Amino acid sequence: MNIHEYQAKQIFAKYDVPIPKGKMIEKAEDAIDAAKEIGGNIWVVKAQIHAGGRGKGGGVKLARSLDEVEKYASEIIGMTLITHQTGPAGKLVKKVYIEGGIDIKKELYLGMVLDRAKELPVMMASTEGGVEIEKVAAEMPEKIIKVEIDPLTGFQGYHARELAFGLNLSKEQIKEFGKFAKALYKVYSLNDASLVEINPLVLTADDKFIALDAKMGFDDNALFRHKDILEMRDLDEEDPAEIEASEYGLSYVKLDGNVGCMVNGAGLAMSTMDIIKLEGGEPANFLDVGGKASASTVAKGFEIILKDPNVKAILVNIFGGIVRCDRIANGILEATETTRVEVPIVVRLDGTNAKEAIEIIGKSSLTNIISATDLGDAARKVVKAAKGV
Amino acid sequence: MSILVNKTSRVIVQGFTGKEGTFHAEQCIAYGTNVVGGVTPGKGGQTHLGRPVFNTVKEAVKATETDTSLILVPPAFAADAIMEAAAAGIKVIVCITEGIPTRDVIIAKKFTDKQGATLIGPNCPGIITADEAKVGIMPGFVFKKGKVGLISKSGTLTYEMANQVVLADLGISTAIGIGGDPIIGTTIIDLLKLFEKDKETEAIVIIGEIGGDMEIQAAEYIKENITKPVVAFIAGRTAPKGKRMGHAGAIIAGSKGTAQEKMDALTKAGVTVVDSPADIGVKVREILNK
Repeated sequence: MNIHEYQAKQIFAKYDVPIPKGKMIEKAEDAIDAAKEIGGNIWVVKAQIHAGGRGKGGGVKLARSLDEVEKYASEIIGMTLITHQTGPAGKLVKKVYIEGGIDIKKELYLGMVLDRAKELPVMMASTEGGVEIEKVAAEMPEKIIKVEIDPLTGFQGYHARELAFGLNLSKEQIKEFGKFAKALYKVYSLNDASLVEINPLVLTADDKFIALDAKMGFDDNALFRHKDILEMRDLDEEDPAEIEASEYGLSYVKLDGNVGCMVNGAGLAMSTMDIIKLEGGEPANFLDVGGKASASTVAKGFEIILKDPNVKAILVNIFGGIVRCDRIANGILEATETTRVEVPIVVRLDGTNAKEAIEIIGKSSLTNIISATDLGDAARKVVKAAKGV
Repeated sequence: MSILVNKTSRVIVQGFTGKEGTFHAEQCIAYGTNVVGGVTPGKGGQTHLGRPVFNTVKEAVKATETDTSLILVPPAFAADAIMEAAAAGIKVIVCITEGIPTRDVIIAKKFTDKQGATLIGPNCPGIITADEAKVGIMPGFVFKKGKVGLISKSGTLTYEMANQVVLADLGISTAIGIGGDPIIGTTIIDLLKLFEKDKETEAIVIIGEIGGDMEIQAAEYIKENITKPVVAFIAGRTAPKGKRMGHAGAIIAGSKGTAQEKMDALTKAGVTVVDSPADIGVKVREILNK
């Protein structure tokens, strides 16, 4: 789960990670009051969407008067912001964050993420702040300093020193940086974050560190113990079909092709997409019905797949283990009773109770069902069906 | 021979009396697994499925000399269960549970390593040594005895692939589902080492997927250390970047962890990489019959 910048900064504040004064608003008419409350004579108005690259897309503006604050707030709220992360359709902005201006001496980068190969969280720092860190990693990997942190020892002084010396900080700055980094580690570890990123981390004219931006993502598996974070979930940022699917225990990701797929198991679902592509088709979605698939979840799966008007044929690929194929077969029949399925359905059922399932399908009066014997056969048949031949 | 589990393994089930625990323990027993008991805190002293129930793993070890544990407890308690098993001296710990917080897995894994135990999973189908022992949730009937060792990050895809290997008249020695989470107990390399030494295994199948770089590390290891033929498939060539494909670990971050990158590394290491998930069975037969 991801959250907005202003929410990440609320969490930062709780752990004494310094942030600029700021306020989130949803109506442009509140902009001037917010700016007055923040104080000063220069403000930044920032669009709150989950995607990065907001500045380049016109979603971040520097305001030099209260009038400008209001002007930019009204321009940004309601705009459709397109960045390299939103996709071509862009994202409707509903909230802006107004922040006091900061006297910037230097822009740095500081982040924390799980290193899967090392099996530990790592904190990363770089002198190359304010630019895309992926670019720095690819072009100048020596400019990124990394320290692994064992959760059993926690964040120690040497972690901070390694990073600080790597950033060429002065003696006074090192002390301040150490406090900052330690607080950031708390933000990461105590909230089961999967990512914390500050880009840029600003060194101010008076040698203080302050988080100018803030990005946070969380380990979905740990959300059960962070009710406060779960409340920060913004459903506007998620695909409605994916939300609906998850409510029924289905894992769904929409893609651009025309062959719908319904599969049990994430690995088999991905492989099914792959083989459709190999046979010359394009998958319309990833859909894992999970290990507890019942007739009604299968019916729901059909409903979600068919909401996508591009879908020209559906492949049901089930290898029954715990999931019994006869239940899936009944689900297919139930679905075709409740939802009008006009596209051809290629069905491949193997494993537990496959024989019974094939009988159930065979006895039905459905005319748009095509049986397949194995994975390869199923893929060829569904691609053909989607092409209408 | 075979690896990790066989008919002499003395297996307990943690979460024994729960719905999942009961169902899968029954299935394991039906397969012929030597299930010697189970653990459910607060239900010690009872008998379940004809086997004793204990309050703690320590008591189970004392009474049954168990060496293998199958964990089927809810995610909030699973890391605790893993560490309890390791502390009690269990050597092979198979954790099926899906949805354990990553931070908990990191800590549990460090502890199992320290105790010298092998942790399989979490979020995996478990281990099966064909016709000997099933310590997991896979459909046993698919896995017919044979000479192919199987290592997989996935669940149902493992059954699909094992089925293909069986239909190609080769059969399975041991199959292990290592799990699809970002951090897992036993890696592909750990199992390659065991299969290389196992006399019963003549060829190894690796079923990887997008995310992380475990397959790339395995490729480097295979090049230097594995003499048996290896056939691999990587799921997720068509997966979009930045989208989690079901498994918590199956996500392409930036340009890293793509299927193509892994396929290239494995091919370079001399592994036969199949493009189509439907070709695993035929390919292994082709190589073994050469």
